[in-house]
Amino acid sequence: MESFNGFVFPNELHITWTVMIVLYPYITGMVAGAFIVSSFYHVFGMEKLKPIAKYALVSSFAFLCFATVPLLNHLGRPTRAFNILLTPNFNSAMSGFGFVYMTYMVIVVLEIWFSYREEFIKRYHQSDGIVKFIYSIIILRNTNVNENTHKYDKKMIVFLGGLGIPIACILHGYVGFLFGSIKANLWWSTPLMFIIFIFSAIVSGLAVLIFLYLFVHWRRKLKINQDSIDLMSKWLWGFMIIAVTLELMEILSISYERTEKWAILQHLINGKLKVSYLYLQIGLFSIGPFILLSITTLYKRLNVNFRNFLIWLSSGMLLLQVLFMRWNVVIGGQLVSKSMRGFTEYFPGFMDREGLIVSFLLILTPFILLRAFDKLFPFFDKEQALNK
Amino acid sequence: MNIENIDRRRFLQLGLLSSSGVLVGSLYAFSNREVKKEFKTYDDLRHYDWGYVVDTTRCIGCGSCVRACKIENNVPDTFFRTWVERYEINKNDVVRVDSPNGALESFQNNNFEKDVEKAFFVPKLCNHCINSACTQVCPVGASFHSPDGVVLIDKEHCVGCGYCVQACPYGCRYIDPVKGTADKCTLCYHRIQHGEAPACVNACPRNARIFGNLKDPKSKIRKILHQRRYGLLKPDLGTNPKCYYIGLDREVK
Ligand code: SF4
Ligand code: SF4
Repeated sequence: MESFNGFVFPNELHITWTVMIVLYPYITGMVAGAFIVSSFYHVFGMEKLKPIAKYALVSSFAFLCFATVPLLNHLGRPTRAFNILLTPNFNSAMSGFGFVYMTYMVIVVLEIWFSYREEFIKRYHQSDGIVKFIYSIIILRNTNVNENTHKYDKKMIVFLGGLGIPIACILHGYVGFLFGSIKANLWWSTPLMFIIFIFSAIVSGLAVLIFLYLFVHWRRKLKINQDSIDLMSKWLWGFMIIAVTLELMEILSISYERTEKWAILQHLINGKLKVSYLYLQIGLFSIGPFILLSITTLYKRLNVNFRNFLIWLSSGMLLLQVLFMRWNVVIGGQLVSKSMRGFTEYFPGFMDREGLIVSFLLILTPFILLRAFDKLFPFFDKEQALNK
Repeated sequence: MNIENIDRRRFLQLGLLSSSGVLVGSLYAFSNREVKKEFKTYDDLRHYDWGYVVDTTRCIGCGSCVRACKIENNVPDTFFRTWVERYEINKNDVVRVDSPNGALESFQNNNFEKDVEKAFFVPKLCNHCINSACTQVCPVGASFHSPDGVVLIDKEHCVGCGYCVQACPYGCRYIDPVKGTADKCTLCYHRIQHGEAPACVNACPRNARIFGNLKDPKSKIRKILHQRRYGLLKPDLGTNPKCYYIGLDREVK
């Protein structure tokens, strides 16, 4: 019996969550991922990652500052955004969002502060005038640096880094849960969703760090710390395998169960999402980096520059993979009609308030901010890097 | 008096006078009418539990209810608090469903050229679910159950996040493009407060929409629910809708 004829409920002609809601999990994914990478060194003491630990932490902060902007841009009543903190309805999966976000913000800011305290004090002594004043506020007028404070700072960093890992997982796994817990949506509702989100967050975090690190070092002609890059690319390889496997397992189990929902979801995968899901997310941007990273990880005799180029290329591709994954989840899920009989359409438009140009700017701003942060808290080890 | 004997001028004068008389009279009548504002207490409201019956066997797809709702509640274009779906099944068991502009202008053309074997209309609206998914997910508590069993939205409080729109399995909610807040059927809460029926119930020429108090054992709706066989939309999702469909076909989701 043909039951598929393109019918959607009349209200479904409008997509409620636009590309802004695609950006939000994308950006928080990088936040959580970058933070976890920084904790690899700070908490688990992986010495090889030392050169990128601070950089990872500051990147996480830069993305964090902008994570809520797409949300605010999307809210129908942005001026009421604080209602979510003032009158939370704890039955709602979304209500804890503000609290988790703020807790995480505090942890990241504190960790940065402890990591850079000595650096700030040094700068305080070197500067004068208004800059000196600003630094004196940042360091809370405490210029003590000695063996004891150094130990104490270290301890705090380990503590905050450790605390931050679960919070980062919650921050992002939680976004996955927001989608996974919507029983009305056939494409979203799966308990796997939040696990998939956590792993894809780590992938995007690692990918953005590698991508930027190599890019900046090439541009500034600095020496690349090959140990860190090799290690990170191995991690990236491992985590992307887990993330993509989970994504595929989910589809596999839906398709194998052949319940009612597969009848329509197969049309989604083979129709509206054919290009963005099958060809791009799974095809080009998952299998491609998988092959490249397999080569760089397993084939040791590769020329270093060429290897770095391949790693850089695959991290760029994985960044796109995660972006497409967010798109396919957030938008794909809304394309399916709850009548299970058809699909609606969506295109964000270029110049709209929630259009493509605004999205592009929103993705770009954290990077610009990061560039500015580099001046404030230098995160690449200059002395070591300049020994070229 | 023979009207043809009156000259034009006099006729106009008479008309003017009598119509202004009616106007003044009615103004007087209305100004003196006391609009009693009833304020029901919380405990009063607990005596009610509003429910809704849709008799799909009676609906003729005229769309009067959709038009009435649009006017009564100022529903923005291309959004719907209620709509009517048409199901047509032909000899080969092919099912076609449509609801052009929510049936605001009724239905103009057939889906199939010929061989329609079975056809029926299904009006839809918010089900005012007992375990509503929409109120569960609202992060600020702007969606809530009134004491008399209606799912309402506090538009002064809603942040317009759209989570409830995603959560409603029936596509009953939308974000009002002007106000930026969520909106949906309220069972015409402003009307039922005063003992009036919702606009759609009033407008239906076939009595396909029945509305009443589920807590009142003598109400018409209770009688119907005791006598007829009915179904619920998507019962497997556990939302427990309070909109009962008589003659619900398996094709309706
Ligand atoms: S039908 Fe939808 S909007 Fe109405 S109460 Fe149920 S879940 Fe909420
Ligand atoms: S759109 Fe309004 S009513 Fe709906 S979940 Fe968000 S805040 Fe609540």
